[in-house]
This record gives sequence, C-alpha cells and structure tokens, in this order.
Amino acid sequence: MPSAAYLLSRLLQIVPTFLLVMVFIFLFVRLLPGDPAIAMAEAKASDQQLAEIRERMGLNEPLAVQFGYFVKNTVTGDLGRSILMKRPVAEVILERLPVTVYLSLYAVALSVLVAAPLALFAATRANGPADIAIRGLFQVGLSMPVFYIGLVLLTVLGAKLRLFPVGGYGRSFIDNLYHLALPALSIALYTSAILMRNLRASLVEVLDSEFVQFARAKGLPRRIVLTRHVLRNALVSAVTLLGLSIGNLMSGTLVTETVFAVPGVGRLMLEAIFARDYPLIQGLTLTFAVIVSLTFLATDIVQSWLDPRLRQA
Amino acid sequence: MSAEPILSVSGLSVRFSKPRPLAHQLLGHPRQEVRALNGIDLAVARGETLGIVGESGCGKSTLARCLAGLVTPTEGEIRFRGERLADLRGKDRRAYNRRVQLIFQDPYSSLNPRMTVGDMLSEALTVHRMRSGSGVDERIGELFELVRLPQDARDKYPHEFSGGQRQRIAIARALAVEPECLIADELVSALDVSVQAQVVNLMLDLQDRLGLTVLFVAHDLRLVRHVSHRVAVIYLGSVVEIGPSETVFSAPRHPYSQALLAAAPTLEVKEGRKTPALSGELPSPLAIPPGCPFHIRCPYAAERCRREKPALLPHGGGLAACHFAEEIAAGTQPVRKAEPQPA
Ligand SMILES: Nc1ncnc2c1ncn2[C@@H]1O[C@H](COP(=O)(O)OP(=O)(O)O)[C@@H](O)[C@H]1O
Ligand code: SF4
Ligand SMILES: [Mg+2]
Repeated sequence: MPSAAYLLSRLLQIVPTFLLVMVFIFLFVRLLPGDPAIAMAEAKASDQQLAEIRERMGLNEPLAVQFGYFVKNTVTGDLGRSILMKRPVAEVILERLPVTVYLSLYAVALSVLVAAPLALFAATRANGPADIAIRGLFQVGLSMPVFYIGLVLLTVLGAKLRLFPVGGYGRSFIDNLYHLALPALSIALYTSAILMRNLRASLVEVLDSEFVQFARAKGLPRRIVLTRHVLRNALVSAVTLLGLSIGNLMSGTLVTETVFAVPGVGRLMLEAIFARDYPLIQGLTLTFAVIVSLTFLATDIVQSWLDPRLRQA
Repeated sequence: MSAEPILSVSGLSVRFSKPRPLAHQLLGHPRQEVRALNGIDLAVARGETLGIVGESGCGKSTLARCLAGLVTPTEGEIRFRGERLADLRGKDRRAYNRRVQLIFQDPYSSLNPRMTVGDMLSEALTVHRMRSGSGVDERIGELFELVRLPQDARDKYPHEFSGGQRQRIAIARALAVEPECLIADELVSALDVSVQAQVVNLMLDLQDRLGLTVLFVAHDLRLVRHVSHRVAVIYLGSVVEIGPSETVFSAPRHPYSQALLAAAPTLEVKEGRKTPALSGELPSPLAIPPGCPFHIRCPYAAERCRREKPALLPHGGGLAACHFAEEIAAGTQPVRKAEPQPA
C-alpha cells in the first residue's frame, strides 16, 4: 500500500490547484463589463438586492479582501443564489450532482467492461485477423463525435426498437441502470475505444516482456501469468488514461445529458450558460474542478498501489 | 569431448515470418522470412561451460530461447539427456522447465516490476513444488546468501536495486529451482564494467559448487575466453567454428573467427599473421547468401564458396566450417583484393 506520507503529500498538492481555480473564477466575474454585483443578480434586481450582494461579496473592500470573502463564502458552501432557479446554488448543484456522478460511473464501468476483454482478446492475437478487425471497428468509433453516437443510439435502440427509454431519469439505483443505459452507452463507446487501444498496446508490450516469457518458461499456469504478471503491469497506463478521461467525460455530459434529457449538472451547466446565470456557472465550474481533482487524486493512489516505483513521496 | 552430453542440438533451424502490414497482405506481397538459425549442431557435457559468440543479430538469443523452450524450432531437435524436448509432455516437460533455466540479458525487463524479490523467488519455488510452508522462507534465505544479496532484499522491489544486484536476483531466481543447466544470455553486457567481473565470478563459483552446466552467450570475447571450456562461433545462424576455448582463441581456423578476434581490441592477435579486420555489413537474415554464409565478407572467398556450403569438419583442435581452413592455416590461400561488393 502507498505510505501515509505519500497520501498526505498528494492531498496537499490539491490545495494550490483549488486556489488557482478560485482565482480564475474570482477574476472571471470581475472581468465582465459592469459591476460584478450586476452580473450576479437578476436583471430586474432592486437597488436593495444589489446592495445586499455587494455586502456579501465585499465589493467595497480592496481586491485582496474581496478574494478573502470569496474563499470564505465558497468554503462555507455559500455559492450565492441561482438567477435561473431562484434557489441557493449549492442546493441546486447538490440535488443534480448524484445524477451526473451516477451517469459517469455507469459510463466508466461500461467502457471497462467493453474494452478490457476485447483488449485482452486482441492483444493475445496481436496482428492476427481478429485483432485487425477489432482495432478497425474501434477506429470508426473514435472518429465519430459523442453526440452523433448518442443520436444514433437514440434513434435505433430507443425510438425504433424501443429497448430503452429515450430520456429521463429513474427513481432507484436499479431503475437507473435501465433509464441511463443509452446515455451511458453513448459516452462509453467513445471512452472504451480509447481505452481499448491503450490497453491493447500495453498488453502487447507486457506480453512480450522478458519477465512474462520467463514466467511462461517456468511453466506457470496461463491464467496466473495473465493475472499476476501481465494485467497488473498493463493496468497502470490504462488507469491513468481512465483517470484523465474523467475530465473529458465530465465535459461530455454537457452534450449527452442534453441529448438524452438527463437532469444532471452537465445539462444544468448548459442551461446556466444560456441564461447567463453567473452564480450557477461559477458554482458548477468549481464543482467540476473539485470532481476532476479528486479523480486525479484517486488515479494517483490506485496507480501507486499498482506500481511500487511511484510510491516514494 | 568424452563425457555424455547433457544437452544437445542437431540441425536446429528457426524461421520467423516477418509481420507484414495489412496493406502488404492485401497487395499480395510475399511473406518474408527471417532465418534466425540455420542448422545448428551443438552438444554440452555435464559441468561444462560452452561459450557462444557472434555478432549481434546472428541468432544467439534465439538459440538460448529455443533451449529454454520459449521458441519452437522450425526444424531440428533438442535433446536433454538423450530425450527429445519436443516429445516431453506433462510432468516430464515441467521437469525440463525446471532443470534448464534461462537468465536474460536485460536485468531491467526480466524482473516483474510489481513483485517483491521474495514473491518472485517463492513463486519459482512453489510452482515446481520445490518447498512448501516455512521451507520456502528458509530456501529464500539460502538463495540470498548464495548470490550474496542482503536478507532484507526479500521485501524490496526490483527498482530498488542496482543493475548488478538485479542480475544477482535473476541468478537467484534461476537457481531457486535447483537447475542442472543454466543458459546465460549476455549475462553482464547490460552492466557496468566494474560489476561485470563480480557477477561473472559469482556465476563461476556457483557453477563449481553446484556442478552446473552453463551455456554462456556473449559478444565480449575476453569474457568468454575467461569462463568457457569450449567456444562456438556463430555466423548468420550457423556454427562456423567450435573447439576448446584456448585453441579457438589462440589459433582460430575460420576466417570469421579470425576477423572477430582481430576486431576485438583487447585480444592479442598473433604476430605475423595478417588477418584482415571484419569488413562490410552483416547480411540481412532475410536473405542469407547461398554457399558459405560468410563468402560476401570473407577475404579468402573463392568460386567454390559461392556455391557450396562448407560442413563443420575437424581442423586443428576443433571443428570449422570452411572449405579452405587448411590452406588458410598454412598461408597458401590467396587473399582476394578488397573490391566493393555488388549490393
Ligand atoms: N520473435 C522474432 N520475430 C522475428 N524476428 C526475430 C524474432 N526474434 C529474433 N528475430 C530475428 O532473428 C535474428 C537473430 O536475432 P537474435 O537471436 O536476437 O540475435 P542475437 O541474440 O545474436 O543478437 C535477428 O535478425 C532478429 O531480428
Ligand atoms: S568457405 Fe570460403 S568463404 Fe567461407 S569462410 Fe572459408 S574461405 Fe571464406
Ligand atoms: Mg541477443
């Protein structure tokens, strides 16, 4: 296992990332034309409402102090009021977030389920007809945009064959496996294509390495050679890739959730952008940043668990 | 050689078909073949060290891999104590895998980076049911002592060791299963010169104590001379000369061996003998020349060499595959003028 020192040092590395994100968001609102308070308020806001917002953001103080207010408000969960929803931003986001997290994890799980067996199958038959066919097929998947795949799935599996609902969100965990199948699949097809390629390449490399040849020469059963020697080594780069693709996946939810009418933070972000709901945009940006950073952290921890060479802090 | 060979090879050939890009396959380009080994004959006696030398790409590693059972020969056979390797099944095959152990050249890629040294050794011990329970731990301790590694190496990962130490780990892993024959493929060529001697001496010492048979594959002639009883010189997948180490090194009979020795800066070449250094490129193993495989680069090549492949016959104290071995030794074979060779 990774040492406590490693975990601590890795956790501390997140702090500057968050600070930087906050600086960006802080400056963004202040770069908009006019008073930041006007940007953060409804169009028809009264002078009294504007005064309240100025007070909360400390707009009459120097910039450094304003930033202090901003950090304090953010850390205590006060992200302002959504213009669109007329409710506190934090409340709206917390309500929608589980949907997107569910959808993302569902998509990741599907990608791994599709990519891993195919990669193993292709890698153990490297350059054979099956390998070439699988790679060709995935190449096609990679060259199509996510929303297009989504629309095709929607039309064929949803509208024509009526296998899955074309949109919406279910009531329970199990229900959602069914409800979110199409959006998850449309994201997963793309992610799994990248994952398959990468995993196949590292599998081919590890299968050819001398310690694997040695393990075989020793007469170790095939299954143990694959799990103990091959998979563990090939997984490291796949895990990195998967972690990195979470960022992509999050921005992919903007489109996918809109196409499939899934009430998650992706669609919320798009709505907020169209409505110029700055408090909500700000809150969502922060949320995305937190999720991506936490994913990277998790990736690093899993990686250092898989690869002892990375364990030194 | 008087003793009964423990490991012998006859007519061993290995051809790899070169992977073709899909476009070439569709266009119907012919499959190209790499002829890595072309009819190798060798035998090693129990307790003997046979050195195997040759330029890079001549098929040394392929030979080592065949002997370790990693590559299946296209033609020819390998016999272990008279039994054909290809006929060994089940328990007998596992016994062969245990008795003949390969040590790879690269101590960085031959050890699984995600396993502790202790796990590697215990895997080797348990797979062949050499020890069980506390016997495993005890044996790992013994092995560390044998290869002079500290006992705390057990819980460390390969990256925590230097190249020389890693090669000791590889030796320990090979010795774990009490093999009879070690095949060392460029055991030390990836190591610093300063640690090469330590590792080689360790191997010689272990050979002595455990009565091992060793195939020592290397391209450093000095090292081979130092460790081997006999030496086989390989050129383009064929043995061109084989004989007692001292004979081959002091009086090489084959022009290729002579050129190799002349090219080795640290070896004294006998005064008075004018041996032209090795010139020209090593031909591609995709297109091995007919006749004597060396004729394109050989300074003594004559018409006969282009047509007829010379057999490995007794010359001097060993065997050499050259039509004119006697004439060359007597100094009567004319040296061809250095002419640019047609491509
Ligand atoms: N698995 C393989 N597939 C195709 N060609 C190979 C393979 N292994 C070795 N070769 C080729 O066979 C020849 C001999 O290689 P090798 O045995 O590694 O030589 P050496 O160890 O003497 O340098 C080289 O031309 C090499 O490219
Ligand atoms: S047979 Fe001819 S070409 Fe080959 S080594 Fe002897 S002299 Fe040279
Ligand atoms: Mg080699």
